[in-house]
Amino acid sequence: MRSFRGFVIKEFYHIIRDYRSLLILFGMPAVQLILFGYAIRNELTQAKFAVVDPSHDVVTTELVNKMSSSHYLQFDGYLKSENDIHEAFKAGEIKEVVVFDRQFAHKLTHDGVADIQLIADATDPNMGRMITGQIMGIIQQFQISGTAGGTPGRIQITPKERMLYNPDLRSVNLFVPGLIAVILMLISALMTSITITREKETGTMEILLASPLRPMQIIIGKVLPYFFLAFLDVVIVLGLALVIFHIPFRGSVALFLGESGLFALTALSLGLLISSVADSQQTAMMMALGGLLLPTILLSGFIFPVSSMPWPLQWLSAIIPARWFLVIVRGIMLKGVGLAIIWKETAILAGMTLVFLFVSIRKFKVRLD
Amino acid sequence: MDDKVIIVDDLLRTFGSFTAVDHITFDVKKGEIFGFLGANGAGKTTTMKMLTGLLSLSGGKATVAGFDVQHNPEKVKKRIGYMSQKFALYDDLSVWENIRFYGGVYGLQNSEIKERGEAMLEKLNFGDVRDQMIGSLPLGWKQKLAFSVALLHQPGIVFLDEPTGGVDPVTRRQFWEMIYEVAETGTTVFVTTHYMDEAEYCDRIGIMVAGKLPALDTPAKLKQQFDADSVDGVFVQLARGKQKE
Repeated sequence: MRSFRGFVIKEFYHIIRDYRSLLILFGMPAVQLILFGYAIRNELTQAKFAVVDPSHDVVTTELVNKMSSSHYLQFDGYLKSENDIHEAFKAGEIKEVVVFDRQFAHKLTHDGVADIQLIADATDPNMGRMITGQIMGIIQQFQISGTAGGTPGRIQITPKERMLYNPDLRSVNLFVPGLIAVILMLISALMTSITITREKETGTMEILLASPLRPMQIIIGKVLPYFFLAFLDVVIVLGLALVIFHIPFRGSVALFLGESGLFALTALSLGLLISSVADSQQTAMMMALGGLLLPTILLSGFIFPVSSMPWPLQWLSAIIPARWFLVIVRGIMLKGVGLAIIWKETAILAGMTLVFLFVSIRKFKVRLD
Repeated sequence: MDDKVIIVDDLLRTFGSFTAVDHITFDVKKGEIFGFLGANGAGKTTTMKMLTGLLSLSGGKATVAGFDVQHNPEKVKKRIGYMSQKFALYDDLSVWENIRFYGGVYGLQNSEIKERGEAMLEKLNFGDVRDQMIGSLPLGWKQKLAFSVALLHQPGIVFLDEPTGGVDPVTRRQFWEMIYEVAETGTTVFVTTHYMDEAEYCDRIGIMVAGKLPALDTPAKLKQQFDADSVDGVFVQLARGKQKE
């Protein structure tokens, strides 16, 4: 046990003295959080729109006012005619143009029908759809509230939507759980596989294996510091997310930490598996980045929803541990669910971990023989 | 019989269809400097790995420090020191941290590590570099340190796998002086080497050729047997003989 403690201490020295390790361990999570939190946003904030309004009456002014007061939208000004629309879009500032019919108020009161055309810059299709949706919502609201004056009382069916668990549709809320998965994968799998192959490269692994330390002690001694640091990172990222981005946390913290620990273990066992195959740090890094990190980012549902993938990718995503972890963490953080609901995902993760651990330990032993 | 610390009997190691070590038999006495020679791929390192418990045996039996390496590798490992071909201290740890780490790995008490480590540094004249990172030291210094570290837990036998590879002649000389000193205290030294002149320093040598051990005796007797004036001559004859086959 004494020699084991010395081993762990030595491992910490390695980490502290290698600025690259430190950067990956603590720089990367912070940078990623800020990147995903601030820069990469899917939601609308102050999207600019312009208006073509040939009638310029009470109703259209009222409508434009209503649109301007939404904090998702920002009124950029009037365009002279429809011919200016392309120019406005090309300039790039304006994302949506609202075109009112001639004699809008008049037609509305007399004919009961008036047209509004919504033209979106669909260079970014999601963005275009979202802005249009926002404006439609405002128009509908306006119509129902009856401010339109003497609108004939027609029966209307209006769906009222409510976005549960993430009412503001903030993408940060979605990204942070994914980010935790990526960070755990990065630190636990990438770092452990690199640190073990490094000992192989320098020849120190041979010395360690020739020493009375048991292989199990060597593995655990190498892995434990990273497990600890990965956990620390989870807490830091979560803390930052709560403080800076005001992410909701509705579930049990203990359950969250437990599940994070389980996922860290999954990633560690993958790291061990890689290091039992790879002989150099470069190989290990390529395998970890290409084989683990990319799928974790692309196929887990972190950025692209699993349900909108073509079925072969959906099927593939089932073997990616992060996919299950994401369901778990989003469930705990945003919906506040308990183990009763996420036991299935937990069981899948645990099963995967056992398989990976079993295989990598077997492989490690074979290499000694 | 009682003073034999390494007993190798009909040792065999195969990798698939390739026989790396082909039924070799030899023993090494306590306090002896045993040189293990051979070309690259002759099976030296494989044999050494089996004796140090790094590799399992395909056949035969090997006893090191009184224990069967196949069945009691952990007991063997406690009683031997091992220094590999590759330099194997940690570059990003200081001299003292390396000493402390390896001392700990071999289960030494803190007081023992302190006492023996200080004595070692003094003997090597390394007091000034105690807190320097290993990476900043010249190779010769590292090798000497690695050797001393392998002896820190005072093993009965020390295995050196090409310890002087890539080291300058002066340091090689000093290194062999260290080996002699250690052997005088009763520690058995099992050393593999490429350098035939180094073989002359050994008490006894074994020369491996293609997995077999056709020559095993003192350097003087081998020279007589093969009618050569140096171990190099013996080696060349054996290597040629293999080619003729």
